Amino acid sequence: MLRIKNINTYYGQVHALKNVSLHLAEGEIVTLIGANGAGKTTLLNSLSGIVPPKSGQILFNDTEINHLEAHKIVRLGVSQVPEGRQVFKPLSVEDNLELGAYLNYRVKDGKAQSKKYMGMVYDLFPILRQRRKQLAGTLSGGEQQMLAIGRALMAKPRLLLLDEPSMGLAPMIVQEILKVIADLSREKKTTLLLVEQNARAALKIAHRGYVLETGRLILEGTADELLENKDVQRAYLGRDKKEIWER
Amino acid sequence: MNIWDPTHECISRDELEQLQLERLQATINRVHKNVVHYRKKFNELGIIPEDIVSLEDLSKLPLTSKDDINCNYPYGMFAVPLREVVRIHSSSGTGSKPMVAGYTKNDIRIWSNLVARFMTAASVTRDDLVQVAFHYGLFTGAFGLHYGAETIGASVIPMGTGNTERQIMIMQDYKSTVLVSTPSYALELAYRMEHLGINPKSLSLKVGLFGGEPWSENMRSEIEQGLAINATDNYGLSEIIGPGIAGECSCKKGLHIYEDAFLPEIIDPDTGKVLPTGTEGELVITTLTKEAFPLIRYRTRDITSLNYKPCDCGRTLVRMKRISGRSDDMLIIRGVNVYPSQIEEAVYGAAQGEAPYQILVERIGAMDSMEVIIEVTDKIFSLELQKQRSFLESVKKRINTITGIHAYVKLVEAKSIPRQDGKIKKVLDKRHI
Repeated sequence: MLRIKNINTYYGQVHALKNVSLHLAEGEIVTLIGANGAGKTTLLNSLSGIVPPKSGQILFNDTEINHLEAHKIVRLGVSQVPEGRQVFKPLSVEDNLELGAYLNYRVKDGKAQSKKYMGMVYDLFPILRQRRKQLAGTLSGGEQQMLAIGRALMAKPRLLLLDEPSMGLAPMIVQEILKVIADLSREKKTTLLLVEQNARAALKIAHRGYVLETGRLILEGTADELLENKDVQRAYLGRDKKEIWER
Repeated sequence: MNIWDPTHECISRDELEQLQLERLQATINRVHKNVVHYRKKFNELGIIPEDIVSLEDLSKLPLTSKDDINCNYPYGMFAVPLREVVRIHSSSGTGSKPMVAGYTKNDIRIWSNLVARFMTAASVTRDDLVQVAFHYGLFTGAFGLHYGAETIGASVIPMGTGNTERQIMIMQDYKSTVLVSTPSYALELAYRMEHLGINPKSLSLKVGLFGGEPWSENMRSEIEQGLAINATDNYGLSEIIGPGIAGECSCKKGLHIYEDAFLPEIIDPDTGKVLPTGTEGELVITTLTKEAFPLIRYRTRDITSLNYKPCDCGRTLVRMKRISGRSDDMLIIRGVNVYPSQIEEAVYGAAQGEAPYQILVERIGAMDSMEVIIEVTDKIFSLELQKQRSFLESVKKRINTITGIHAYVKLVEAKSIPRQDGKIKKVLDKRHI
């Protein structure tokens, strides 16, 4: 459904993505692994049109989107959950979700549709239903992350871009969020591109993955292959206790 | 349908090319970072990884030859540290040193699944008993087929080579259903069974997977009759991965190259230029998934042509024609690669100087035999009979050490080897395959 060929993205003079080619098939969970500054977030931002690539091609369901503005890309069915959640803190949970569905306000019976999606989001994250009148700023980190994901889902995306959903969260909450992400792919057939520092957790739910290093893709493989790859293990999975003992 | 990995074997050309480009770029990024040889070669040509934006750009990259591998003997071409390598295989180089190939855990797993593809295509299933009559050791053949069969879930009989009567006994008693060997050894088995009065139809054998040496359609029908089996062809190269580069489907109209793992090109062996689709030339392969020992545009020296037309079996992967020859002077003797230069080294080494010689290759029955004929020089002539004999022994021993095969060596009178324009034809291959 998504096909990227040779994109190059710059921040001023900094060549942040070098000839990146990548694809996602319908319903797939694909994870991007890489150290800080490797270009993972840049890749998501290039996809969603926030930092458009200077050259290369991005095809989303055979439509070229690399020249489109961000809001038009959302309309085609690509939603991004930004790093650090970025919820609207002075607004209530419900208002945050409604903002995610701003596309619906232009169409007939849009309001009814938003209600329906909101119900679906509340089913995914029951805690948000309890907190629906509360201001987003008063939520815990985990709840804010759920809200950020919920807000992205309100646009009924076919492709969801997730940037570091586990950042700064307790392991229990990370488990819960990753479980919902896996369910989204399995049950709702949403296609997911997942950027995660916690590579091990990401690879457990992903089908495939790519490894980015200083703006270049150096590896493509199934999640199992990447888990077995020593480069990935050394750089991104951390050492096992056992290995430390052996040293 | 007998397809092991339909997602990749029946992928559309469009999706395949995207996957190939991603994997090619990742491989190039990795070798540029980790392998000094490639970084140097790219630098000489002024190429950076970003120059490769399409599959066609591959032709900008330098070709890799056996000599490059020899120059980096043993581990210089590896893209991972040695402790990540879980297996080492090797095959003959052009000189006295072999070529060394390393595998990571992932490489072994990918390899097993590639072999499982052509085994499945030949209708091998988990219910089969696979008798592997390849030599277990540094050669890749036995292990590749062994893993492939295990991956499918079949039972493996790791028989090894030789001891033909015992092979037949096991085939009868253990009820092997699949035979893995070189085609010439399959013929040898057929001849021996005929000699022993065993009806091949009394065996449980139904399929044969043959590789390791070139063979022909004539040999195929002889094997199929002699052993009452369905004989299939597969292609591999130790440097690249071993068996599992390409394999035949039930249509038997060429071997499907597993293009998601190997990117094939056909070049003119003399100029190195890429030839148009369908033309016969030398096969060049770039590996797309290998971790330990990736190869960029490796010259296989095998002559073939590619056919991109869709196949009736449903696989979309390109088919290569049966190998029709070599673009170098390598000989394949009983499945073992032998270079005349290796024999020369052995002869000159033992003679402590140049000595006129000729390598005579023949097929006796089904099996290859190699004889090295050396003309008596003054130096050798002056030796006592005893010493002449020990000279012959030492040539034999050297050949065996370097190539791993047994050769017959004999001395003949000076000037008795026929010459053309004053030169001896160093290799006389009398085999008709």
